[in-house]
Amino acid sequence: MTKVTLTVNGKAVSREVEQRTLLVQLLRDDPASGGLGLTGTHVGCDTSQCGACTVHVDGMAVKSCTMLAVEAEGAAVTTIEGMANADGSLSPLQQAFQDHHGLQCGFCTPGMVMTAAALLAENPTPSESAVRYYLEGNICRCTGYHGIVKAIMAASGQDMPAMAAE
Amino acid sequence: MQSFDFVRPSSVAEAVAALGAEDAQPLSGGQTLLPSMKQRLAAPAVLVSLSGIAEMQGLRREGDSLVIGGATTHATVARAARTDFPALAELAGNIGDPAVRNRGTIGGSLANNDPSACYPAAALATGATIVTDRRQIAADDFFQGLFTTALEEGEIVTAVRLPIPQRANYQKFIQPASRFALVGVFVASYAGGVRVAVTGASGDGVFRWTEAEAALSDRFAADAVTGLTVEAEGMIGDLHGTPAYRANLVRVLTGRAVAAAG
Repeated sequence: MTKVTLTVNGKAVSREVEQRTLLVQLLRDDPASGGLGLTGTHVGCDTSQCGACTVHVDGMAVKSCTMLAVEAEGAAVTTIEGMANADGSLSPLQQAFQDHHGLQCGFCTPGMVMTAAALLAENPTPSESAVRYYLEGNICRCTGYHGIVKAIMAASGQDMPAMAAE
Repeated sequence: MQSFDFVRPSSVAEAVAALGAEDAQPLSGGQTLLPSMKQRLAAPAVLVSLSGIAEMQGLRREGDSLVIGGATTHATVARAARTDFPALAELAGNIGDPAVRNRGTIGGSLANNDPSACYPAAALATGATIVTDRRQIAADDFFQGLFTTALEEGEIVTAVRLPIPQRANYQKFIQPASRFALVGVFVASYAGGVRVAVTGASGDGVFRWTEAEAALSDRFAADAVTGLTVEAEGMIGDLHGTPAYRANLVRVLTGRAVAAAG
């Protein structure tokens, strides 16, 4: 076991973890078994393909199923639980997902929101193609992506031209 | 994933010492190694993290070369090489997806030598020098076939020195499921001649297409390679493309790379 100390959603935390514990396990596992109980981050494929487990590590989008918890020593991690406004209401990006039909079953949504937030931090007014390109590592099996792209465009203050879903 | 010991040294010297342990393996970005460990294709007894070694981070210009620390992520190269070596920045910015690029490193990619990885093509086409903790290896000697390199046990790629071409371009034809290169061609033009390296196509991993190099050194134009043929023998064949399809793609993408390099 190794002690790992990091910041999660602005709070300093310290836990004893196995060396092989993945960051997503540390985040999600029951507090009774040494985790943080933050189950908003989802595990979809567990093979770094689907992006459902995307979180921010020091501001950068990372697949938390493909990073060891011990590698997050000293890092600042943000999960979907850290995305809402201080009063608990949805952030503009989250609200845009709701308004523009950016989710159906919702399983991919935490990863989609985290990736979208990383994109908007890098590029506050991305083109539609830039949005689609940035979502390459996030898979959604419900929406056909159109609503997600629309939501991100709307959150960036841009209108997406009316067009048929591809 | 089987259990292992974990160390995170802060210098190359400490990392090399830690890698002296039995079944020790370096961990860079982990975007290949961790999935391999989950599948139990790899089960090192000790993982030596390279993420805390400051001397292996970042890019610097040295004369006509760009020197990139082995632990530099694809995302950093995509941002920081844009002015000095735009073709390399573009290659780095098209590896995997944004989250993978934030973790995966150039040293890890070269050391792994995946037959469909992008960086080996850039290293071979530029005649790069692979700098390790103990020596310097020419790219022509470094890549030795499928997942095989000149690296010895416990040897770390600390940096890569890439001579900056006058003109260069990388064309990646993506495999639609994995998004790795089904075929990728890097063309680099120097005062002394043109080098062409191909990834994704051959069962032996990255290789130089010397006929195209000769033709392009003579005349740097896309149609200089249209009359050439690439042997299908030895090319990878799978449900995404036959050996003949890949061989043809090598020629087509080389022409496109030359056109794009201007």
